[in-house]
Amino acid sequence: MIIAEQKPIPEIAAQVRQCRKVLVLGCGGCVTVCQAGGEKEAEILASALRLMGVREGWDTAFDSMAITRQCDPEYLDGIARKVAEYDCVLSLGCGVGVNFLAERFPRTWVVPGLNTKGAGATLEAGVWEERCLACGDCILHLTGGICPIVRCSKSLLNGPCGGSQGGKCEISPDVACGWQLIYDRLKQLDRLDLLLEVREPKDWSRTHDGGLRRVVKEEARL
Amino acid sequence: MSQNGCKTESRLERVLREGHFAVTAEVGPPKSASSKGISRHAAAIKEVADAINLTDNQTAIVRLCSLAAAVHVMQAGGEPVMQITCRDRNRIAIQSDLLGAYSLGVRNVLCLTGDHISFGNHPQARTVYDLDSVQLVKLVRDMRENRRFQNGEEIKVAPPRFFIGAAENPFADPVEFRALRLGKKVKAGADFIQTQAVFDIDRFARFMQVVRDMGLDEQVFILAGIVPTRSARALERTATVPGMVVPQELIDRMKGAADQEKEGVAIAVELISRLREIPGVRGVHIMAIAWEEIVPEIVREAGLLPRPRLEVPTPA
Repeated sequence: MIIAEQKPIPEIAAQVRQCRKVLVLGCGGCVTVCQAGGEKEAEILASALRLMGVREGWDTAFDSMAITRQCDPEYLDGIARKVAEYDCVLSLGCGVGVNFLAERFPRTWVVPGLNTKGAGATLEAGVWEERCLACGDCILHLTGGICPIVRCSKSLLNGPCGGSQGGKCEISPDVACGWQLIYDRLKQLDRLDLLLEVREPKDWSRTHDGGLRRVVKEEARL
Repeated sequence: MSQNGCKTESRLERVLREGHFAVTAEVGPPKSASSKGISRHAAAIKEVADAINLTDNQTAIVRLCSLAAAVHVMQAGGEPVMQITCRDRNRIAIQSDLLGAYSLGVRNVLCLTGDHISFGNHPQARTVYDLDSVQLVKLVRDMRENRRFQNGEEIKVAPPRFFIGAAENPFADPVEFRALRLGKKVKAGADFIQTQAVFDIDRFARFMQVVRDMGLDEQVFILAGIVPTRSARALERTATVPGMVVPQELIDRMKGAADQEKEGVAIAVELISRLREIPGVRGVHIMAIAWEEIVPEIVREAGLLPRPRLEVPTPA
């Protein structure tokens, strides 16, 4: 899923306090799972902004609601009438949701309430961590299912570098060395041979470096 | 390959191929546009070292670039080893710099991954790491041996023919993988290796045993790294750098010394003499960080003078 976290409230307030009527719009997808931008979070944020407005004397009204997904035209169509009542939508979707709302509602000012962190998973209750950088050219079969592009701070393909010590990355004792994890797993699976190959430079044209990416599945088109 | 077995016009290569115990030393470019310090250090160090390494924005701190620094070293009469990291430049910029450096007379490069940006003075910068150090070694080798750019396109005229260096840290983890990774760098095309600083001789000797068992010492010239420190505090700080191992007894010895600078020199000289006894060690690389002026004294005390005088090799 996409993992995200809410921006600091003063930063959000600065985006919306000139508006007359703001719809705080949650998303029922990934950001509900990672508790950043679901219906509940939208409601809480709207209340916090209302209070702040009263305290600081802005003349802004806040309502909140959530839709099933902000990244699907079907669900955006369903709120077109509602959105027309507002001069601003504060999206609690990921960056995709914000973009999609802005495209669908050209006359409405749409602003982001979250910082989108990446493609991640739940580590434990309340903790999410990225696991994929969406590089567009998966190599997990070469690294025992542990991604060096995202787990190694330098995205090395022939790691580990000389800064790996005690299983930790040189950037912080709180960050595991991705290549130590890969090494341990391949050793356990008796596949260390995979690490002896010199891996060629990556084809970064399959990432965003190659331009905006689009996926087309012909048989799914109408 | 020319008559003396050299693949390049590098003087360092010749020193090594002729069987001399090589000495290289590092000079850190300044955080300014002045070449004075580089020229001064180069003038002193060229008399005691076979080549001088110029670091590439070491610890991710903006400094005068290693390519310009290499040219200043040549103007002072020294032979540079230009260091290149993968941190700040992609394959286009790196290849461009290699062509430019060779056109200016640089003949040695050291290919590095590069310290992470978070260590430096612009931690908000975007990291590059388009390539890693192993891929960079291979890129420089392919330019020389196959006359090819990284994309496979032919270099029709004047391909750069560098003597190719790589680093290895015998003290990083996973320990049992370090010699294998060195092997990858040799396979990719490394001609010489400059290791991370050695303080723990026993552990380094065990690493070299594995290197010899793999036959790598026959395929690559290994120069052991020496970091002289001028105070117990500097040594303690060094010990905290990820990938560095400093035995406590050395720190205690520095703490107990009446003259810590003198003790720092003595320790460096002792380490060099012990490293010389390890089979497969073909030289030392002295990294006197912000203390370059001490290099001549260390080399002299270590009995490594005079340096071999070579005639200018015939161009390959």
